[in-house]
Amino acid sequence: MLPSQLKPEQFQAYSPLARELAVNRLPLLQQLPEAFVPFLLKEIVSLDSKFPSERAEIASQLAYLENLPVPQRDRELATFASLKLSPELQQFDWVNHPQQYLEKLSAHLWATHQMDKFRSASEEYIDNFYKAMPAPEPATHRFTAVLIGKGVTQTNYRLFRKLRRQGTYYSQVKPENGLATILETAEARAKANVAPFAHWYIDGGHAVTNSSSTLTTLSYDGLAGIRTALNARMRRAYDAHLQSEAFRTMLAQMTPADLGLHGAGGEEVMQSFAVSLLTEGSGTQVFSTTFVQWAAREALRRARPLTLVVRFTPRLRERPMNELLAAPPESNEVDPEGSLLDADMGAWYTWLNLQRLTGFAQSTCLVWFEDHTEAVALGPKMARGAQVATPIDLQELLRELA
Amino acid sequence: MSFRKAFGRRANGDLASAISLNRRQFLWSATGAMAGTTLFPVTRALGATAVPRAPKAVVVTFGGGARDDETFAEDGLENIPHMLNELMPRATFFTRVVNRGILGHYVATASLATGAYETFNNFAAVPPDHPTVFEYFRRDLKRPASDTWVVAPSNGFNRIGESGHKEFGQGQGAGVILPKRLLADALAGKTGDYDHLLRDNYESPMYAPALAGNEVQIHQLAEALTLSVSDFTSHAKNLASPDELSVYVAKQLMRKLAPSLVWITLHDIDIAHSGTFSLYIDGIRRSDRLCAEIWNTIQSEPEYAGRTTMFILPDFGRDSDQSAGGNGFQHHRTGDAISRTTWMMVLGPGVRENVIVDRPVESVDLVPTLGARLGFDARFSQGKPLVEVS
Repeated sequence: MLPSQLKPEQFQAYSPLARELAVNRLPLLQQLPEAFVPFLLKEIVSLDSKFPSERAEIASQLAYLENLPVPQRDRELATFASLKLSPELQQFDWVNHPQQYLEKLSAHLWATHQMDKFRSASEEYIDNFYKAMPAPEPATHRFTAVLIGKGVTQTNYRLFRKLRRQGTYYSQVKPENGLATILETAEARAKANVAPFAHWYIDGGHAVTNSSSTLTTLSYDGLAGIRTALNARMRRAYDAHLQSEAFRTMLAQMTPADLGLHGAGGEEVMQSFAVSLLTEGSGTQVFSTTFVQWAAREALRRARPLTLVVRFTPRLRERPMNELLAAPPESNEVDPEGSLLDADMGAWYTWLNLQRLTGFAQSTCLVWFEDHTEAVALGPKMARGAQVATPIDLQELLRELA
Repeated sequence: MSFRKAFGRRANGDLASAISLNRRQFLWSATGAMAGTTLFPVTRALGATAVPRAPKAVVVTFGGGARDDETFAEDGLENIPHMLNELMPRATFFTRVVNRGILGHYVATASLATGAYETFNNFAAVPPDHPTVFEYFRRDLKRPASDTWVVAPSNGFNRIGESGHKEFGQGQGAGVILPKRLLADALAGKTGDYDHLLRDNYESPMYAPALAGNEVQIHQLAEALTLSVSDFTSHAKNLASPDELSVYVAKQLMRKLAPSLVWITLHDIDIAHSGTFSLYIDGIRRSDRLCAEIWNTIQSEPEYAGRTTMFILPDFGRDSDQSAGGNGFQHHRTGDAISRTTWMMVLGPGVRENVIVDRPVESVDLVPTLGARLGFDARFSQGKPLVEVS
């Protein structure tokens, strides 16, 4: 089917907000290339369970495309229009299953050596879009705190090796009340800049905040029920020898309701987000460190928060082959030292992802080896590559960073 | 592939050049290596040391790319002590090996083995379309099946030994040994749940293709190597990882059958798909150690010493930290320059030592280069022999 053949009734299966948006923008969608429209529909189809910033961005992109003079729009999208698609793709129901279509499109582009061309066109398009319609500046500077190394008593690993070049390394941080101090700072920011999904706390174990917290909170332990239900489904798929692509499709189609969740409003948005972390993220179902890193990345990318506290905890230990052969693979033993390395890299990625958001020149970040004396602070007031060896408590350090 | 993921921000200028430059600068400072192209003419170098008759070759690929950041760059130094200190001084090192094909491990390794960019579904148990290096080797040099072997992880690699090409194909390629599957067979009915251990494919842990192709069964292997099934399993129980099992099997092969062309694909590094950086680093360190072990085996086995060229290369890289569409080391999905660009190390008689080659080459150049060294014509390959080591 071609985009020019799109009709309003084809969006009947969409949820209310998504259907309304797609139908309202039908004249635009009908004029766009076949290899391009499904990207928009993939975002539109799940509009009802998206964060406010995502909804705004979709609206912004549609407005951008709508406002471009037709010859210019045709030029910008010419590469997409020139992609050679297979008959299977052309016949696929991309209106109702845009995600599956994009998986097939991806495989097709790789196999036909069109991926590089597609990638260049994508980058060019998104650059043009952001230049024309920059995302709004944040209401206040963004702040992220990353806590790593929970459960490690000592290490020989040289921490923050990538981050030290970007900020100031502190070797004499007083660790007392560190987590509480950081969460209090986050709560204060949440009260000063009230907005939905703008202040987050992600924990690899139990969330330590109470029910009165104003932070959007997500914890690995809090998702134990969903993870168990999901792992059971994955296990059944494994036993049934479900092939790779079918398996991915099964995961992509999974909804919160499939896993026993029935939220509404903001709760529905968070449940959908949590399920997406576990079904789209690789390794998030098994390793808490992977979950925390991926959750932080996705929260920054999708919700664009003003405040983000990320706390890594020890993940399960990957047992070597000889141990697995000697005993069944059931074990809850954790690997604090390996988790520290995972988290150190996760902190680096969190900083990089923070930099991809508007206002990054003013963004600040604190990475702390939890319960220890080492930290690195990054932000406009922090000298790059500098070291501070004088004692400082976390409250004071946070004040210097702000 | 999502809209924002696919539409990541533009990568920095000529990243591939930067990668190459960084590798060269790093290697100069770390090993004192010289730039091959400016040192002396290639023809003179080749004339200086004659390649012995009846040459052999061992190819080691990493089916799970390793990036510069964790290997041949400042932060990666500590992860590759064996390659850096023991192998590099004896090697010609290509800093810029570009893979322009599909970045999935089976299809990419098949492309390495055919010298042509294969385009089949990475997760399908199908033979490569183009003739493999094993088929060229056997036909042109009139070698028996026992003279070339593949040792590989289990995911689909059982079809890599021979192609579906109409002029070659069934019965004309290499035997394929899949140690993890052999272990599963050996343990069948006697043990508990080993799915976790025997996981095939970190890209897609659910897939287990049906047996087909030239795959060797446990009893065939036991017979060929005069190794009992119980010996095999008892050795396995003392090894920490599937790659160690692969290298154990490869060493047995080399000692017992002394094949002239051995292809080993290591796969532990691909645990990176789980997102655990520390396990990815463990995989790199293990691969580093195993490469040195293989080289030492070559030097200590009379059938191999002094006549064997060893090639070491990842099948491709992994995504850049800077690529917004990816998630750094975890995957190889963006097709960015870092994920497409890797390196190759070549060691052996007639190969110049401690030399860096900085010009861009392609991963499909491997098979024609093997052809030039061993004496066969890779006529359907898309690559060219690397004159620096041919």
